[in-house]
Formats: sequence, C-alpha cells, structure tokens
Amino acid sequence: MSRRLSFYIHIPYCIKRCGYCDFNTYTPAELQGPDLESVSKNYISAVLKEIELAQKTVGAAEVPSIFFGGGTPSLMPAAELARVIQEIRDRFELSPDIEITIEVNPDSVSLDFLEKMRQAGANRISMGMQSAVPHVLKVLDRTHNPENVSTAVEKARKAGFEHVSVDLIYGAPGESVSDWQQSVTSALQLPIDHISAYALIIEKGTKLAAQISRGEVQMPPDEETAEKYLIADSAFEAAGFNWYELSNWSKPGGQCRHNIAYWNGSMWWGVGPGAHSYFDNRRWWNVKHPATYQQKINAGESPVQSEEILSEENLADEYLMLQIRRREGIPHRNLKDSQVSRAAEYVDSGHLDQAEWTAQKLVLTQQGRLIADRIVRDLVL
Amino acid sequence: MPAIPLNKAPQPAATNPEQIRNFCIIAHIDHGKSTLADRMLGITEVVEARNMRAQYLDRMDIERERGITIKSQAVRLPWRSGIDGKDYILNMIDTPGHVDFTYEVSRSLAACEGAILLVDCAQGIEAQTLANLYLAMENDLTIIPVLNKIDLPAAQPEKFALELSKLVGCKPEDCLKVSGKTGAGVEELLDQIVAQIPAPKGKPDGPARALIFDSVYDTYRGVVTYVRVVDGSLSPREQIQMFSTGVKHELLDIGVISPEPVSSKGLGVGEVGYLITGVKDVRLSRVGDTVTTFHKPAKDALSGYKDPKPMVFSGLYPIDGDEYPMLRDALDKLQLNDAALVYEPETSAALGFGFRCGFLGLLHMEIVRERLEREFNLTLISTAPNVVYSVTTEGGQDIVVTNPSEYPNGKVEKVMEPIVRATILSPTDFIGTIMELCQQRRGTLNGMDYLSEDRVEIRYTLPLAEIVFDFFDQLKSRTKGYASLDYEPIGEAEGDLVKVDILLQGETVDAFSSIVHREKAYAYGVMMTTKLRELIPRQQFEVPIQAAIGAKIIARENIRAIRKDVLAKCYGGDITRKRKLLEKQKEGKKRMKMVGRVEVPQEAFIAALSTNADAESGKAKK
Repeated sequence: MSRRLSFYIHIPYCIKRCGYCDFNTYTPAELQGPDLESVSKNYISAVLKEIELAQKTVGAAEVPSIFFGGGTPSLMPAAELARVIQEIRDRFELSPDIEITIEVNPDSVSLDFLEKMRQAGANRISMGMQSAVPHVLKVLDRTHNPENVSTAVEKARKAGFEHVSVDLIYGAPGESVSDWQQSVTSALQLPIDHISAYALIIEKGTKLAAQISRGEVQMPPDEETAEKYLIADSAFEAAGFNWYELSNWSKPGGQCRHNIAYWNGSMWWGVGPGAHSYFDNRRWWNVKHPATYQQKINAGESPVQSEEILSEENLADEYLMLQIRRREGIPHRNLKDSQVSRAAEYVDSGHLDQAEWTAQKLVLTQQGRLIADRIVRDLVL
Repeated sequence: MPAIPLNKAPQPAATNPEQIRNFCIIAHIDHGKSTLADRMLGITEVVEARNMRAQYLDRMDIERERGITIKSQAVRLPWRSGIDGKDYILNMIDTPGHVDFTYEVSRSLAACEGAILLVDCAQGIEAQTLANLYLAMENDLTIIPVLNKIDLPAAQPEKFALELSKLVGCKPEDCLKVSGKTGAGVEELLDQIVAQIPAPKGKPDGPARALIFDSVYDTYRGVVTYVRVVDGSLSPREQIQMFSTGVKHELLDIGVISPEPVSSKGLGVGEVGYLITGVKDVRLSRVGDTVTTFHKPAKDALSGYKDPKPMVFSGLYPIDGDEYPMLRDALDKLQLNDAALVYEPETSAALGFGFRCGFLGLLHMEIVRERLEREFNLTLISTAPNVVYSVTTEGGQDIVVTNPSEYPNGKVEKVMEPIVRATILSPTDFIGTIMELCQQRRGTLNGMDYLSEDRVEIRYTLPLAEIVFDFFDQLKSRTKGYASLDYEPIGEAEGDLVKVDILLQGETVDAFSSIVHREKAYAYGVMMTTKLRELIPRQQFEVPIQAAIGAKIIARENIRAIRKDVLAKCYGGDITRKRKLLEKQKEGKKRMKMVGRVEVPQEAFIAALSTNADAESGKAKK
C-alpha cells in the first residue's frame, strides 16, 4: 500500500471580506486584476504547478481527500476547479472512496456550478451559514439572506451531493441565547448530515476587532457563550448529529475525513498562498500573497516561506492537543503515568467521561470540552 | 608646614602612645564625611596631590568589592601640630553609618578616644547621627563638634552651632567651622584633634590585647582584620589567639593603612592597623572579639563582645527552583564577609525550597538581597519580614518563632515580641502626623525635646514588628522626607498577637501566614483575600480564599470557576500556531506554583508579598 496524502486547495478570493475574517483572502479590488476569470485562470495554473511539485517531493501516493477552501472556491469557474481534480488524478492515485469537499457561499453558488463540480468528482459541500438571524449576520458582515441557505442546500442536494455541511458561528456581539437557538433550529431543518459550530474568535486586525476596541459593539460574556455551546451540543445530539470533534457534529457516515486527517497526524499538502503542509515530521507554509506565490511558482522557485521540523516533544504535544478534541479520545497507554494521574482529577470534577475513563480512555464531557485548552495546558510536560 | 615627610614620621611599632590620637567621624550620609576625609589625606600628604581623586577612601570600597584591594578602614595620618610643633600620628577610623549596625559602630567607637561630630550646617543633625553621638558619649569619647559646608549659601552655622552645643554640652563658639570642599578650617581641625583628644593609655609590657573593630573578606588575602592595640604589642610571624573561640592563628602579615596597606614591624599600644592570618571566614575573626598572643595570653578579654543577634527574619526563595544550589553557594560566600547573616534551609509548600534568613534589621536584609541578586545573578522572592516571637502555650511550653509556620496551633498563653526604643528627629511641623503614625503602630510616647525652635526629637517605644513593615517609608512620605529615624532593641514585651492564615481552597498558603496584632487581623485578612482574588486567575473550579485565625474564618472571597477556555477552530494552519502558544504556556507553567489543585502564577505571589505601600502606590498608578 502506498503512502496517503490529502490535498487542501486554497482559493484566496472573496467578493467581499467579512468583518470577523482574518483568513488569507483577497477581494478582486485588492488584487487589481483585469477580471475574476483571468485571475482564476492564472491562479489555477500556478496551483497545478504546485501539485506537480508535490508529486516530485512525495512520489507515489494515494489521495483519500481533497478540500477546496478559502476564500470562496465557488467564485471560481467550475471548469478551473475540475482542472485541479484532474491534475491530482493524473499525478496520484485517488482512493476509490475519496472525499472531495467544496466550500461554497450560499449567495453566489449556482445549480450549474454544483452540477459541474459533482461531475468532476466532488461529493461534499460545506456551506458558510453562520447564523439564521439577520442582525447577527449583519454584525458578522455577511452578505447573504438567511433564506439563501436553504435554497443553496436544496441545489446541492439536487445536484447529487449526498454530504452537505453547514458552518455556524455563535457568540457574536448582539447575539442573544434565543437568537442562537433559532440558528440551531434552522440548521437542523436542513437536509444535511454535518454541522460545524464555532464560537466566534476575535482576530487581531479585523474590522470586528476594531469595532470592539472602539466600544461600538460588545462581546457577550464567556458564561453565555459556554451556555450556547451546551445548547447546540444537546440539540444536535438529540437530532442524531453526534459530536466527533469539539466543534463538529455529524450523522453516521457524515464525518469529514479531510479534517480528521489534520487531527490524526495524517499527511496533507496545502496548495496555494499561505497554505500549510505536513509531510514526514516536517511542516511548512507558503508565502502569503497570491501575487508573490504565483511569481515564485512561475519562476520555478519554491513557494515555501518557512518550515519546521517537529521533534518528538512537538509531536507528543500536538497529539494531545488535537486528539483530546475528538470523541475517540486518548487511550491511557498513549499518555505518561503522570499525565494519567493528573487527568484523574478531571474525572472527579466532571470534565472527563467516567465510563470511558474506566475503559482506559480519556474522553471529554460537555463541560470538559468547554475548557479543553486548559486541560491540555495542565497535562503537557 | 604641618605635614611630615613620610620617612621622618613616627613609624609603626615605634610610636610613643603619647604621640597617637585615635578618632572617628560621626556624620550622616551626605553631610560631607568623604570630602573631609579626602581633604585630610591631601593636607597630611599621605596621598600625593597628583594621585588625589574625589572620595578616595570610598573608591577603594568599590575596588574591594571587586576583590582588587582591601578597604581602607583606618587610615594612619602623620601630622605636625601647628600648636606645639610636635609630630603626631592620627588614626582615622571609619564607622558604618546605619541603624542596623549599631553594634559595629559601637566597636569602632570603642577603638577611639575621640570623635568628630560632623554636621552639614545647611541641614542640621539627623536621627542616626544623634544616636551615634549618644553612643560615643556613653563610650566616654571626647566629642569635637564640627559644622561642615560653611561655603554653602544656605549655611546657617549660627543656628546649628546652637543645636550642637546643646547636644554636646559646649559653647556655640566651640563648634569648629570647616569646608571639606575648600579646605577652610581643616588644618585647625587636625590641630584640635591633637589638642583635645586624649592619647591612648595601655600597658606596653603587658600581655597583648587588641580589639577587632572590623573584619573583611578579601578574595586574594582571605580575612583582613582591623584592630586597635590596647595593651602590649603584636609582631609579624607571631601566633595569635581569638578570645571568643580560642582559635589560634599565625600572623602572616601585619601593618597599617596609609591609605594603601603597608606591612610593618608590628603594632604597639594605641596603634591601629590590620592583621592577616589566612583564615577565609569572617566568623573566625569577629567584630568585638579580643586578639591576644598564644605564648603570652592575656587573662581577660576587653569588654563589650557580643554575638550578632538577628532581629528580622525572612524567607528567600529562588524564582527558578533550579537556582536553589546557586542560592546556597551565594549565601555561603556572603557569610564569609558578613558574620551577622544567618540562614537555614526551609521548605515552603507554596514557594518550594529556600532559606530562612536572619538579619540585623531591614537595611541589612535589603543589602543582602541586593547583593544576592546583583553579584550572584539570582532572582528571588522574599516573604514578608517578621521578628522573633517567644510563644508560651497553655501547656507551659516555650516556643521561639522565627517563621509564622512555627507558631503553635493550640491555645496560646502569651506571646512576647521584641520592642525598640525609636528616636525620630523632625521639623516641628510634622509632630502631629508622626505621633499619629506611631499610635497606629502601637507606640508609646516616651518624651519629646526641642533641639531648636523648629526641630524636635520624639522618642517612642514601638514593637519591632511594626517597624519592619514599611514604617520607614510611611514616616518619610508623611514628613516629605524630612524626618529621620533611629531605633535600638530594648527587650521584649507581651503583645496581643494572633496568627492569620490565608487558605486557598481550604489549603493554608504558608508564605502568606502572618503574626499580627489582634485588632489588625481582620484588616490583614481582608487585604490579602481581596488582593489574591484579583491576582489569581480563574480555575476550572471555584476557589474560595479565606483568612483564618485558627479555625475561625475572618474574611472570605471567591474566585469563580472559569466557564470556557477553548479555541473553537483547529485546522491545518491553526496547528502550528496553537502548538507554539502551548509551548509558551509550558514555559509560563514553570513559573506557576501549585497550592493544592490551584495554579498560582509566581507574579501573584510576588505582588501579594509586596508591602501594603507598594500595593497602594500600584493602585494609584492605575
């Protein structure tokens, strides 16, 4: 059996940047290209060259998943994204049950695009829903109407996607507990098999961060955001969506295998500006700006900005930090004795599941998931 | 020309005691002692003009710290009197200038027959100078009152001459007026030293007796001991013996300081000089001890020897636990030069491994701590200083408590605490505020005297414990820096004292336990619990903070449990960033101390242990 390598394809373009977003993405105005079409063509050509580079570096490999993220992949012509899938198919071996995910914006996605992507081999759609409440969407600076989400999900189903996921964000300024309840209920009415729900993180340098520091809007207290997590988790579980990672829930068979690859130490190649890759204990990331990235690629230079070699200790830390977030949990045998005895206190305090603990496993309870980072800090060393 | 060419001056071991005058200079820190000493070195020509530099003797102090040369504790100055034209040897003996070192001062004074009371005639006398003056008078020294800095525009020589004459018991016109800066009046002062201060008296043929008035560790030469010969004489290569320990040493070198060390053929009656025996530890050559010779030992020691007794105790802990062995080595080294420093290993549940150290007083404590940090590059936490208590339990058992953790848990019959006699000199404007401060600190007024129309001496009896806790800072801030303080221990008194413990989640944090007056226990409890609530980060469980006397809770605060501590997203690009943050937190964790299950950052300990005054000024800044 050859090695396995997942691909992340970064599409660094958005029509408009959302107020909370610090991702590496650019609006057409920022790029000063002639039009999106030619920008796309040039960009995808560079992506194909990096895939060629991946083949030279890795050699033969089986590809279990591809994920188009961004930015807004659905801004690209479907044919361009199809070229990427084809390139990977030409240079590597695709797993028979490969998962190919496209992130789409509910506003801009068309049935035509979805059908073409389905034909090209994509089989999973991830949609940025964020909230079902207009005033919350407005704070988040999102452009879509809540109704667009169900229309877009219908289109995806119609195009033949059996796996559809929506992303939700909670804890935005001005969001009440009942606002959140409404978003959760709306999401659960959709014909989907996966939900990601994230507490809003205020990233430095974003428009929202500036609004908060100027006092124009206020973050809700942590207590309330914690309560929202509990509300969501209970509602999702009741509707048959089981948590498999701290912020991810799915119906049976709906787990996102690409994301699991990040968490279980599998190897992945991130293609595009600012994308991170992990291969053989080495992690590297590309230069950030699409123009610089394309320049380097076209000149036959490495697009890598920096890299790190992971030590045993780094790997152990990452294992703990990532695996603890998963429903699978951590078997006692993968921990040091001192860590196990330290962790025992969290069983008593209700942060670790008692039954799983008895079965020699460390699995977070609802309450435990809320302070996962604290527990990790406590257990490292 | 009153200076004598060096080769014609009377030589050590061959100087008639009649020709010797031993004196010291009592002065406050910035009243011009160093400048006057420079001027004396210049006028007597022991330092050539081309080699002269400002603060000549002080400069050598710094060199001594770096281990290059020995310090100049007693300088031999040849002088031809302008009054009778005869040749004399003047020995100028240095005295330490602080309240913590009263005993060392008293030994320096005991080596002299006279003292110059040097006062800045723009500022007047300060409390420590006054205390040292009284000490000199108790030692029957001849006092020569001298007003310095008469060249200053703000000089008020008449006013302060009156103040000095009242203190010394002379006429105002008997006060000499000099300027160390210009040299005015300094030759006359040297002549007056010869004329007024008595020559030393001793038995030249008796068994040797010499008083140790200072003892300094030098990296190259070992311990250098400064002595004043009282009877008999000491010669090179002779075997000498210390009275207190009975230990015998070979005299490797003997000589005088003029102002560089010069070996001599010995030291005779009344002479002052240094001895080197090759010992490496100042505790074997203690200030106040008597040196005699082994082959012809004296029967009785000179009076006045005392073992230095630590008055203030504090725990010193390295912030980085790995530095514990370095701290031990550093204390060992410091002790070579500081016979008064005592320490023993101590373990604190909250702070780890450290040492309980005993000091002569607060300044001594600050000096030691600063030297440990500066010279040995250590970073330390010190617990709040405390005094020594004698506790009698109801069972009649006596316990000496140098650390609040030794305070007995059961019922206590009585607690004795050290008390001091404090002298405060201040402008009269501040009498009210000083009395208020002393009353708050459980003081008893003993008396008040006006030194002049606008300066007053206030005397209080105070518990030492009240002084070690920021009293001096309070006094200075309430009197705009004008008041000066001196104190001396006068014994013990019973106090209504209790131990207040601080508990985190039911566990006592030993570093925060304090022995306080019953009436102040509640205030201490509230202060500490409030402070800690602000300093300790929220944990995954609720943490009660309590202050307790025995089993009785007197104050309580709660740190609410943290509800959420997790970042929602963790995908490809987040992993490195998140791990790097974790690595940083791992580093930070080394600076965390566990109290039971509660994580307390080291910063919280440092902030909580800093004094009230610090905390208040910290608040003011916010």
